[in-house]
Amino acid sequence: MATGTGFIELDGVEKVFEVRRRTGFLRSERREVRAVDGIGFRVERGEMVGYIGPNGAGKSTTIKMLTGILTPSGGRLRVAGIDPSRERTRLAHRIGVVFGQRTTLWWDLPLRDSYRLVHRMYRVPDARFRENLERCVELLDLGALLDVPVRQLSLGQRMRGDIAAALLHDPEVLYLDEPTIGLDVVSKAKVRGFLRDLNAERGTTVLLTTHDLTDIEQLCRRVMVIDHGRLMYDGALAGLHEVGESERTLVVDLERELPPIRLESEPSVRTVKVEGPRQWLAFPASGSAAPLVARIAAEYPLVDLSVREPDIEAVIAKMYASAEAR
Amino acid sequence: MAEVTEVSRAVEVPDAVFVERSRLVEGVRAYGLIVAMWLRSTMAYRASFAMTAFGNFAATGFDFVAILLMFAHVDELGGYTLPEIALLYGASGTAFGLADLVLGSMDRLGRRVRDGTLDTLLVRPVPVLAQVAADRFALRRLGRITQGLLVLGYGLAVLDIAWTPLKVVMIPLMLLSGAAIFGAVFVGGAAFQFFAQDAAEVQNSFTYGGNTLLQYPPTVFAKDLVRGVTFVVPLAFVNWLPTLYVLGREYPLGLPEWVAFLPPVVAGVCWGLAGAAWRAGLRSYRSTGN
Repeated sequence: MATGTGFIELDGVEKVFEVRRRTGFLRSERREVRAVDGIGFRVERGEMVGYIGPNGAGKSTTIKMLTGILTPSGGRLRVAGIDPSRERTRLAHRIGVVFGQRTTLWWDLPLRDSYRLVHRMYRVPDARFRENLERCVELLDLGALLDVPVRQLSLGQRMRGDIAAALLHDPEVLYLDEPTIGLDVVSKAKVRGFLRDLNAERGTTVLLTTHDLTDIEQLCRRVMVIDHGRLMYDGALAGLHEVGESERTLVVDLERELPPIRLESEPSVRTVKVEGPRQWLAFPASGSAAPLVARIAAEYPLVDLSVREPDIEAVIAKMYASAEAR
Repeated sequence: MAEVTEVSRAVEVPDAVFVERSRLVEGVRAYGLIVAMWLRSTMAYRASFAMTAFGNFAATGFDFVAILLMFAHVDELGGYTLPEIALLYGASGTAFGLADLVLGSMDRLGRRVRDGTLDTLLVRPVPVLAQVAADRFALRRLGRITQGLLVLGYGLAVLDIAWTPLKVVMIPLMLLSGAAIFGAVFVGGAAFQFFAQDAAEVQNSFTYGGNTLLQYPPTVFAKDLVRGVTFVVPLAFVNWLPTLYVLGREYPLGLPEWVAFLPPVVAGVCWGLAGAAWRAGLRSYRSTGN
């Protein structure tokens, strides 16, 4: 996996923390916690990747290693050819970071002032800065907010402000840690739309962690699932269903109320719910619905039907649960 | 714009290319940028600024009033007259005030480690020390410096000192070196907070506590304490030894006369140690998180 020229490359990366727990007045017990336990993946330039997992799975630790905040305990890690922990300040010019719950904006000052600081601190050339700011202001709808003190902004407005602040120095990769947390539906949609455009038009590589799977569904073709410090899944969102042994649901409307449908030829199909003439049948997501529909149409008085895709959240919950049991 | 040597790579190189600069220069520049932001922030609340600046001036002034009250009952304290004490007090107060103005908010580091906001400083392209040092920069701290300088001026005006060129040089040298020594203690104390996030009080006992101690002549304290602040935490070099030189008085612990000129050296050593402690602390944070 280490071969090739990925933009972000991780190879057997580990992060081990030593946790001390008090056992007596002065005595304490040392325990090793493997927050990241041998992760390897490669992200190409211009990809948009979702990085998901339950709390404490090692998501934030990975992001912190990718930004150079934390030094890995083992393995090899490169971002744009740079070893983040060794050349943190050099890397800082090429990455943008948004921590969803920690704003970098100046509370008592107009939004504009925070951007001026980025301008100077990153030594962004004047023309380039103006161009980037104009673009962000237009796409993130910040025009009316530039002269408003940050403390008066709503959560959604502040998040948009933070995203703009992370992009004014033209980073090649943008890390977002929970970018839509706590936002209302409209703000979420704005943020997602902006990220999609950024990735498509500028080719900015985006890596985002989230608890909101809609973010992933709408933005990321590729998703990585991490749990207990290990990569459990890395691939297309659709493929998660197969790994998670998920089921699709066929909703059938019959002419009248009938006992639960049973098909001798399809043993993997279960009727999970009956409500008057409507019945819900579960079948493996990997299977095809067509032969099933044909069978039902042949044996039962069928009026209408619809197929429901599995809920991604349920799939992931199932995946976590099965890993837990192992 | 960037100079790109390899033409083939030109497309991939962003405009704001990192250029190697001295970390010190970068740090001071970043410090200035952040301080300017804090000044603007404070100006959002002008009335509050004026009040706290005056409060700071008055509160530190009451310290000296306490000494004045003492001298209403006695003529000497540990063998020192009021103007002599004023000299000690003013020198220490000014040196401490300068360090406090420049680095006074470093004890907030522990909180930043605890709540995780230190991470937002670590992803920026400038030294973390500069960013932490500039945190919550407050001009109201000028109050303490003003008060220190006034008391120092009073002492110098009233005392009958046999001035020599060296004694004249000694005054600014003492104030700047003293500020540097206090500053190193601030940085060292902050570095310690990487390991123990609640250590702000320990640091304060050395900085604020040290300042209070130095406002009195060494003769009023037990010998072991004087030894401690001379050789362990070298606060005696802030004002005691230089002031005694200016006054032409005997040094504590039978130290030779030339030690009065050591403060710049002591400050340099302190900064070396504080810098090493800071780097060790930051390294530890980056390997353990919080």
